[in-house]
Amino acid sequence: MAVLRPFDKLPMLNSCVILLVGSDEAIQQKLAEAMLQEKRNFNVSIHLATSLPLPSERDHLRPRIDMVVFMIDIKSKYSLKNVETSLAHVDASFFLGKVCFLVTGVGRVNACSIETNAVCKLAEAYCSPVLFCELELEGVRAATAQRLLRMLQICAGHIPGVSALSLVSLMRN
Amino acid sequence: MDVTVAEYIRRTVLKMPRHEIKMMLQKWGFLSEAQLQTLNFHQIKDNISQEVVQLCEENSANIKQAAALDIIYNQIYQNKRMWSVYQMKKSGEEVEYFDIADFKKKFKRRIRSALKNVTITFKEYEDNAIWIRVAWGTPYKKPNQYKPSYVVYHSQTPFVFISASILKSNLPLLCQALTVASNYHDIREMELRSHSLNSLKDIVFKRYSQNFQTYTPKPLQGGNVEPENADIRIIHENRIEKERIHRLNQEVFGSGPQPKLEFAQYKLETIFKSGPKMDVLDKKEPFRCLVKFSSPHLLESLKSLAPAGWKT
Repeated sequence: MAVLRPFDKLPMLNSCVILLVGSDEAIQQKLAEAMLQEKRNFNVSIHLATSLPLPSERDHLRPRIDMVVFMIDIKSKYSLKNVETSLAHVDASFFLGKVCFLVTGVGRVNACSIETNAVCKLAEAYCSPVLFCELELEGVRAATAQRLLRMLQICAGHIPGVSALSLVSLMRN
Repeated sequence: MDVTVAEYIRRTVLKMPRHEIKMMLQKWGFLSEAQLQTLNFHQIKDNISQEVVQLCEENSANIKQAAALDIIYNQIYQNKRMWSVYQMKKSGEEVEYFDIADFKKKFKRRIRSALKNVTITFKEYEDNAIWIRVAWGTPYKKPNQYKPSYVVYHSQTPFVFISASILKSNLPLLCQALTVASNYHDIREMELRSHSLNSLKDIVFKRYSQNFQTYTPKPLQGGNVEPENADIRIIHENRIEKERIHRLNQEVFGSGPQPKLEFAQYKLETIFKSGPKMDVLDKKEPFRCLVKFSSPHLLESLKSLAPAGWKT
């Protein structure tokens, strides 16, 4: 399928699936490993992709995706363009709290290529939260992994009483 | 011993890193083992150089030996200089026997006939490389030992690597002398320049590895890009695409280390591609432009563009 839909497959028991979309594969791998190191009581499966649409050969093997994180590297204009073209392949109902933008590389202030304003406008247009982080630092990486896991739990519906939509409206400021 | 020679030797020793001074002096061979034993290599370099100069005084070093020491330093630290490549052309087809003594004689004679005040030193190395050091002077001044030119010539090839000194005016004379001495009839500069002499040699002698199509049927999985202990909970959606890129990269660049290119320049004649509305840029005649690439290691950075996600 060309477009990613949130509810077209059945969920699996006690597990969550997160999809990281971004042009820098090395940093995606590091974040994925940090997330797997966190203590949790559910199964998590992390899918890494460089862009959307996802290759159709693996469609039947892919489980239902609970949350999509678009990773933008602030040092690379290409990563922003990549994310913008990938956004077109996500179904509109995903943007009700199941999408998050992650801006990486903010530690290197002198190498910024993208305006944070541009990213914030993009996030506002798509009604999704933005997180800023520096994944080269281990502490920040662990903290980001924890935040993403928490959001993932909510998006997958594991927390009774809190839905993805209510979380996103709480995060708006 | 001449004061200028002493000063030159002192400055050459000061250029060397402290842990390498002993090795270079041994390679030089001018000071005996006994003399080298008397040197204390654990003091500051200033004092070491003073002691070396004193020992050279005892042995009465002249400018020739000092120049030989300089060649040794520069051969080991060849990457500090900028090298250009020149190619020589022969008029006839005969392969002449290369006589090193004849080469040296002709070279010295050619240069000395134009300029009296020069210091010329030769040193041969095992890989058939002849290193030539030339210090230039004028008819009224002694040669400037601090700005010499270096030439590396492999006698079996028509290529010469020159690291010219700042005094560019002597370059034609140098080229002429090389051509005459090696029995060629013409020399021209190639568009290759680099700090890394070995890379220039690799490119020019075609020593780099390029993958040719050999019939070895690859298994269907392709080259395994991921480490064996990859976590099965991390799934790479674009694994097939990554493997394809890796395979293409291997085909284009080969699997060995790339020669270290720092600068590439392309002259293009091209037409500007634009939308039909932009009148000025919509000319159908081609225009000429110059595209320059520069990087600390150009080929490796190009090779890593594809895996980094750039569509090339």
